[in-house]
Amino acid sequence: MSETLHEARLVVNGVPHTVRVPARRLLADCLRHDLGLTGTHLGCEHGVCGACTVLVDGRPMRSCLLFAVGVDGAEITTVEGCRSADGGLGPVQQAFQDCHGLQCGFCTPGFVTTITAWLREHPDPTEEQARQAIGGNLCRCTGYQNIVASVLRAAELVREPHHGPAGGASVPRP
Amino acid sequence: MTTRTMGEPIPRREDPRLVAGDGRFLDDLGAGALAAAFVRSPHAAARVVDVDVSAALEVDGLVAIYTYEDLEGPVAEPLPLLIPHPRLHAPKTGYPLANGVVRHVGEPVAMVVARDRYVAEDACERIVVAYEPLAPVVGLDAAVAAERTVHDDVADNVAARMVQEHGDARAAVAAAPHRLALDLAIERSASTPLEGRGVYARWDAADRSLRVYSSTQTSTSVRFALAVKLGVPVDRVEVVAPDVGGGFGVKIMHPWPEEVLVPWAAIRLGREVKWAEDRREHFVASAHERGQRHHVEVGFDDDGRLLGLDVRFVHDNGAYTPYGIIVPIITATQLLGPYKPGAYRVEFRSLYTNTVIVTPYRGAGRPQGAFAMERTLDAIAGYLGIDRARVREANFIQPDEMPYDHHLIFQDGRPLIYDSGDYPATLDKVKKLVGWDEFEAFRAEARRDGRRVGIGVACYVEGTGVGPYEGAHVRVETDGSVVVATGLTTQGQGHQTVFAQVAAEALGVPVERVTVVTGDTRRFKYAVGTFASRAAVMSGNAVALAAGKVRAKALRIAAEALEADPDDLEVADGAVRVKGAPEREIDLGTVAVLANPLRYAFDEQARLATQFVVGRGVDAPPVAEDDEPGLEATDFYSPVRSTFANGAHAAVVETDPDTAEVRILRYCVVHDCGTLINPRIVEGQIHGGVAQGVGGALYERMVYDENGQLLNASFMDFLMPYASEVPKVEIDHLETPSPLNPLGVKGAGEAGTIPAAAALAAAISDAEGFFVDRMPLSPSELWALRERHARKEEG
Repeated sequence: MSETLHEARLVVNGVPHTVRVPARRLLADCLRHDLGLTGTHLGCEHGVCGACTVLVDGRPMRSCLLFAVGVDGAEITTVEGCRSADGGLGPVQQAFQDCHGLQCGFCTPGFVTTITAWLREHPDPTEEQARQAIGGNLCRCTGYQNIVASVLRAAELVREPHHGPAGGASVPRP
Repeated sequence: MTTRTMGEPIPRREDPRLVAGDGRFLDDLGAGALAAAFVRSPHAAARVVDVDVSAALEVDGLVAIYTYEDLEGPVAEPLPLLIPHPRLHAPKTGYPLANGVVRHVGEPVAMVVARDRYVAEDACERIVVAYEPLAPVVGLDAAVAAERTVHDDVADNVAARMVQEHGDARAAVAAAPHRLALDLAIERSASTPLEGRGVYARWDAADRSLRVYSSTQTSTSVRFALAVKLGVPVDRVEVVAPDVGGGFGVKIMHPWPEEVLVPWAAIRLGREVKWAEDRREHFVASAHERGQRHHVEVGFDDDGRLLGLDVRFVHDNGAYTPYGIIVPIITATQLLGPYKPGAYRVEFRSLYTNTVIVTPYRGAGRPQGAFAMERTLDAIAGYLGIDRARVREANFIQPDEMPYDHHLIFQDGRPLIYDSGDYPATLDKVKKLVGWDEFEAFRAEARRDGRRVGIGVACYVEGTGVGPYEGAHVRVETDGSVVVATGLTTQGQGHQTVFAQVAAEALGVPVERVTVVTGDTRRFKYAVGTFASRAAVMSGNAVALAAGKVRAKALRIAAEALEADPDDLEVADGAVRVKGAPEREIDLGTVAVLANPLRYAFDEQARLATQFVVGRGVDAPPVAEDDEPGLEATDFYSPVRSTFANGAHAAVVETDPDTAEVRILRYCVVHDCGTLINPRIVEGQIHGGVAQGVGGALYERMVYDENGQLLNASFMDFLMPYASEVPKVEIDHLETPSPLNPLGVKGAGEAGTIPAAAALAAAISDAEGFFVDRMPLSPSELWALRERHARKEEG
């Protein structure tokens, strides 16, 4: 009863990987266990909490609802790939620290990826829009107020020339 | 002192790691460990007739399957009763794996260990358990009726009964000029951290030692519990709480069945084993709270002043009582809030049901107590036709009455004596913040637009910093860095930042030089845990005390080196210097070198400290008889009793006339937790607490059907608030220092949650014109209430 393995090619945070996984291997588990990128967290495994959100070809998706083999050939950005080009904190990550946008930090990676993608299309959001932007992610610690502030702060940082575009800078992990 | 950090909203030290995906949560550890999964009961009450594992044995990658029959010794015995109490006359705890009977859906029946979690769950699916279902006891009505029982030898389902009384409350109510009776209810909810529980165990067979990582709020107690359960000498057991993805109370419960079984299997198999709870497991197999029904009889005078308060309530404790009766005891005592009740009598019964166990969830019985008290005061105001704030003012304990003795026994077995607080000022502040006195104008304006709005206020007092103790170890390294270790754990409260602030302030070093370790028994073995808003009070003060000792030692050593009087020295910016002569200074790192006379020069710093360089003269031992090497100290803080924080919340809501949807227009909090260590972190605690309070008031409940099935055991159906549901919180602080501890701090963790349901119920009542007596309240329930009240008015 051993499982058939399938090959999948994933470009994760700019680094190409070829993995051999069972067809049922979730993308989240593949990232965490096969590639060791444990920044992506699983909070519910049914697509509601958003902690496992990664960018698949630039679009935020729930990696607990995707099979690794289903995204064969895709470019994937995880929270580890949302650093700035110089290896320091990316603008969204920096904003979360600046605004105390996290407490336990478990849900934070899903917020960072979601906001990173969202800011590309909403570079100058209002507070109301910022609140809507995070409306699909659950956080049990912060009450969201400082996450809303983090979105606005991140937008500011992205607009600053030295930060450049929000994350997805394809920095390989050291 | 130039290095002031106490009271400053400095950014958190833990954040750079966490925002970058470099956190180390339980399931981020142990790559390559075997995975455990559990077969859990699908029945709320049943006899386990047979467990047939034969079909599972052919699963490729299976390592082991365990049922109760495989357990032996202490592991086969019931799990410990963590907090025994004389009034808990019929305590019951479960077994790590069901021993012939299951008493709630989700109770573990068999454990599978396999190559990975997928394979472990494959095997679980192939294990066939034959059950003989029994009729379950679900809900407080069924528990009270006791037509069926959860435990054969508890005929009335009553686990505990407790009465506390000061004065003759029933006589006082009977003699009062006015009397009211109310029934007030709060439903079940749960902590629901984003990360569930998890355990990862490594057994070193050669070293005969066990290391366990657990997503827990108390690593020190897990260590002692595991040593007992597993028969491993406690000295060979280490327990580490890694980054913990939220706790809110549920992770103070221990040892869980899984927490015992995972290391037990790791020892048996000689392999690393890990289990990370999934979301459904967290709903059906961890713990819930809140479910209580209260009957209040109150007597009062024409000003709304309480003369007698007689409260009876029933508490649903679920299938077992491993955590004792802490929650209802807290309700019974903290219900009084900032008020003088006149004569007071409280009686509760804690009842078994065939549901998940009940252990503290943020607020821990206080939200129910605040709901009962605050709704009662609102009812009195309504009855007398006077302002709701005025009724509260009439009943406040005044600042000059502190310390105030309620003549009751608190959850720690000590007298319920408030240490400090200015309750009138607190209410005054929140009234100003929310615009209490201007609200009628706003209401009139809203009415003209066809809108319904309402305002509510609720106060609370929270006993925080409960004992028995916490400790801390502080050491200055020879490079001048400072390492602090405390035994209690962290689940997002920013302890690595606030304890660093405390140590930096007490030592006189820049905060950047301080590193804090929490919840790691390798670093600190004696601790209690993080719960009851106690961390800042307990470990904060322990860190300050230990750092003070280190500072004193540094002054003594530096005084010798500088040939100065210690009284003429000060520590600032990480150096000891002569006051008024800053050129005569010695870096703390160098003091640490001098504190440790060495034989071997392994680096440049050590070369400075060899016995040929430092010493106290040839006639004295290098280390004095009453001294120890190293610039370090350990100290403990153990308070005589809890310190009491307080606050007031005010909410403005709008209720939709057509859909009965409740929208929170404003949410104001005035909060007094004594001296603030880091205001930004305290405000974050309040934001998060309010969010959980809003959840409990409007959205979250555990919906059990009559068979004991939890119908909403997922984030699809259990409505945890998103950003769209949580209001922006407006905060103002008061700082009334606690006289009980050196830092003057009080706890802050639970304050945001405690009065939220009461404040929102008051605001909804005010908008709708009828009394809301239960929470949570969904739009459809509000709609039904409207219909009922409309019918009442018609006929």
